[in-house]
Amino acid sequence: MYIVIVGGGRAGHSLAKTLLEEEHEVLVVDKEDQVCEEINEELGSICEVGDGCDTAVLLEAGVERADMFVAITGSDEDNLVACQLAKHRFRVPRTVARVNNPNHEPLFKELGIDITVSSINLVLEQIEHEVPNHFLTHLVSLDNARLEMVQVKIPEGSAVVGRNVGQIDLPSGALITLLLRGGRPPQKPDEDTVLEAGDEVVVVINRESEDALRQALTQEPAPEAEAEGE
Amino acid sequence: MGCGMVGAELAALLDSEENQVTILDLDPDRFERLPPTFKGEALIGDGTEEEELERAGVREADAFVALTEEDNRNILAAQTARHIYKVPRVLCRIYDPARSELYEELGLDTFSPTRIVAHLLRQKLVG
Repeated sequence: MYIVIVGGGRAGHSLAKTLLEEEHEVLVVDKEDQVCEEINEELGSICEVGDGCDTAVLLEAGVERADMFVAITGSDEDNLVACQLAKHRFRVPRTVARVNNPNHEPLFKELGIDITVSSINLVLEQIEHEVPNHFLTHLVSLDNARLEMVQVKIPEGSAVVGRNVGQIDLPSGALITLLLRGGRPPQKPDEDTVLEAGDEVVVVINRESEDALRQALTQEPAPEAEAEGE
Repeated sequence: MGCGMVGAELAALLDSEENQVTILDLDPDRFERLPPTFKGEALIGDGTEEEELERAGVREADAFVALTEEDNRNILAAQTARHIYKVPRVLCRIYDPARSELYEELGLDTFSPTRIVAHLLRQKLVG
C-alpha cells in the first residue's frame, strides 16, 4: 500500500517506521525541517517538508495514488483539514485522523473521516480494563448507525444473575452477541442461557443506550418488599 | 470568532444595528479594537472548543462567523457550528483559495480574501 502521513512527530515517526517494516510505501509530510531531517536520517528519504493542508504539497506527495492517508499532527484543525482535502480533493479511499481533543471525535465522524484515533480515549479504555470495579468496557465503535460494542461484567448481586437472557429487560436494539465464562470457550447465548455472576457479555448497542445497558446488567434488584413495608 | 481588524469592525457594525453580538478571542488585548460604544459581549475563549462555543451561546445563535488568522481553525470552528450546533448561517474566512473552493463545494459558506483582493486589483488595473 502507498500511505501518506502528515505529521512527523513522535507518533508519525514511529508509525512510518512500523509501516516501512511491514513493507508499505510511506511518505511523511511535516512543516519542520528539523523533523524531516531526523526521519530521513533514520529511515531513508521518506519525509518532505511542507504543509499537509496545502493542495500543491499534497499533489507533489502523490496523494492522488495513495491508498491511505493518515493525519497525525498535534493539531486537530490541521488533521481535519488535511483529511478532508485527501478525501474530497484527491479521493483517497481511507483517511485516518488523530483526534487530540476527544470532544472533536463526533464532528470528525460526522464529516466522513473514515477512522478517528483519540489517544485520550485509548488510554481511558485501557484503564477501564484494569480497574476492577468498572463493569462496562468499550471495545470498538462501529462505523455506521452510531453503534458500539461493549463488554459488560455481571457483578455478584446483579438483578440478572440466575435469569435467562430472554427475561432481561435490555435497552431497545441491544444485542448480546457473546458470553465469556471463566476460561471456557466463548459461547453464543440464546434466550434460555442463564447468566451467572462473573460472566462477561459482549453487547452491540446504540451509543446513547450505554447507561441503560449498564443499569440493566449491573444493578442490584430493587428492594420491593422493603419499599412496600414503608 | 476572532477579534482582529475585520472581526472587530464587523462586530461593531452589527452591534450598532441592534443585533446581539458576542465576540470570542484568545487574546483579551484584541478587544481594545472594539469601539467604546460596543454593547455586546467580549469573551476570552477558543472557538474550536465546543464548551467555549456553548459558553458564547452558539446554541441560540442565528449566525456564526469564523474570522481568525488561521484557515484551519476557522474551518474546524465553522464546521462545528454548522454540523454540531446547526447554526442557520455560518460564514468562514479561508485565505487559501484552494481550500476555500473545496469547502464551498462541501456546502460551507466561505470567502477567500486572497481571491477577492486579487480580483479587485485586477479590475482596477485592466478594468
